[in-house]
Amino acid sequence: MSDHHDHDHARTFQPDHTEPTSDAALLGLALRELLISDGHYTAQEELRMMDAMQKASPHNGALLAARAWTDPDFKHRLLNDGANAIKEMGFNLLPIEFTVHENTDSTHNVIVCTLCSCYPRGLLGMSPAWYKSKNYRARVVREPRTVLKEFGVQLGNDVEVRVHDSTAELRYMVLPQRPRGTEGWSAEQLAAVVTRDALIGTQRDLDINAVAD
Amino acid sequence: MKQPSKPHDVGGLAGGPIDPGEHDIAYWEWQIDAMIRLALKKGLISDFAEMRDGIERLAPEDYERLNYYERWATSLAHTLLGKGVVSREALDAKVAEIRARQSAEASQ
Amino acid sequence: MSEPRFALGQRVRIAARDVAVHHRVPAYAQGHVGTVERICGLYGQPETYIHGDGQPFTRLYRISLAQTDLWPDYSGSSRDRLDIEIFEHWLEASS
Repeated sequence: MSDHHDHDHARTFQPDHTEPTSDAALLGLALRELLISDGHYTAQEELRMMDAMQKASPHNGALLAARAWTDPDFKHRLLNDGANAIKEMGFNLLPIEFTVHENTDSTHNVIVCTLCSCYPRGLLGMSPAWYKSKNYRARVVREPRTVLKEFGVQLGNDVEVRVHDSTAELRYMVLPQRPRGTEGWSAEQLAAVVTRDALIGTQRDLDINAVAD
Repeated sequence: MKQPSKPHDVGGLAGGPIDPGEHDIAYWEWQIDAMIRLALKKGLISDFAEMRDGIERLAPEDYERLNYYERWATSLAHTLLGKGVVSREALDAKVAEIRARQSAEASQ
Repeated sequence: MSEPRFALGQRVRIAARDVAVHHRVPAYAQGHVGTVERICGLYGQPETYIHGDGQPFTRLYRISLAQTDLWPDYSGSSRDRLDIEIFEHWLEASS
């Protein structure tokens, strides 16, 4: 297998080259080879598609959060018409609507897709395995506080929990609270402390000493 | 709660602990993912709803047994077989070819 | 383009139906009453996208449900909510 991916994004893209052996995986790979040999798409198009998929990362969502913290007008647009607001930042999920929910001292938001695994991949990258797992999808709608506790988020009853089940045409992101002690920070500095899990809602407090990749 | 009629409809069901670990996506899984996006782009499937529908038609035991990308692969294969984009014979022959290639590589 | 049938803040019931065809209304939400939290755009119906073009394009809403209504044994705050997207043809007015 070629090592075409082993250049600039080798750090983030380290695929596991394990040969698949299950019937279902082989069926998928057989279908792939047929579609390519029948001319439905080319290997070149596949590489370009994978490259684009690998470029999307939670840093995109982090940039949106940091801009919202530093630009109140942008934050207003982001919360009210996310799909159009993100176009200003060079992102586009249209025709899908993009809905951002703001955490406050009295509200915590968390996102799930119980029926499959809808996820704003263009802004958050590939979804984590747990987001796609049956246990997360089944439990977070019914016992969000217990699930959040398992992720390390302890919430008092003075904080309202809002679970967002992403079932159709909308995609969601949580706008975390800006951490204390970041007065005067630039948007770039702020974006570096925003994590994927905080944008999904399974993390609440951001650590200003932990600088993300 | 109304009882779900299909295995994908899991919201509210009892479940065990969530494994919060990070899992690499294998190269073949990237290939399946790209195939689905390209099938959509090229009009081989009309909408993502078709993919979801294919997954929802899996037998409950298959839904449980298969991992995420195996479900997508199975769904797309069934959908494109149904539409006549590929034939059962060609697909079976290709599966056999890949198996033969894998065992040849393994014995090297 | 049809006007939304339901208004922001209106009480609506999510239909409970046994349908074999692909749809996007989880069983747990069916039959429950909530309020319209957001009026979204017009989208193809999942039910007709499978073998067609999704027509008629239909209004989508976000419906906000009280967790304590959804789950009799809910252990969190009575203010906790669950918000979910539901198409207009799955909603009926509720008092």
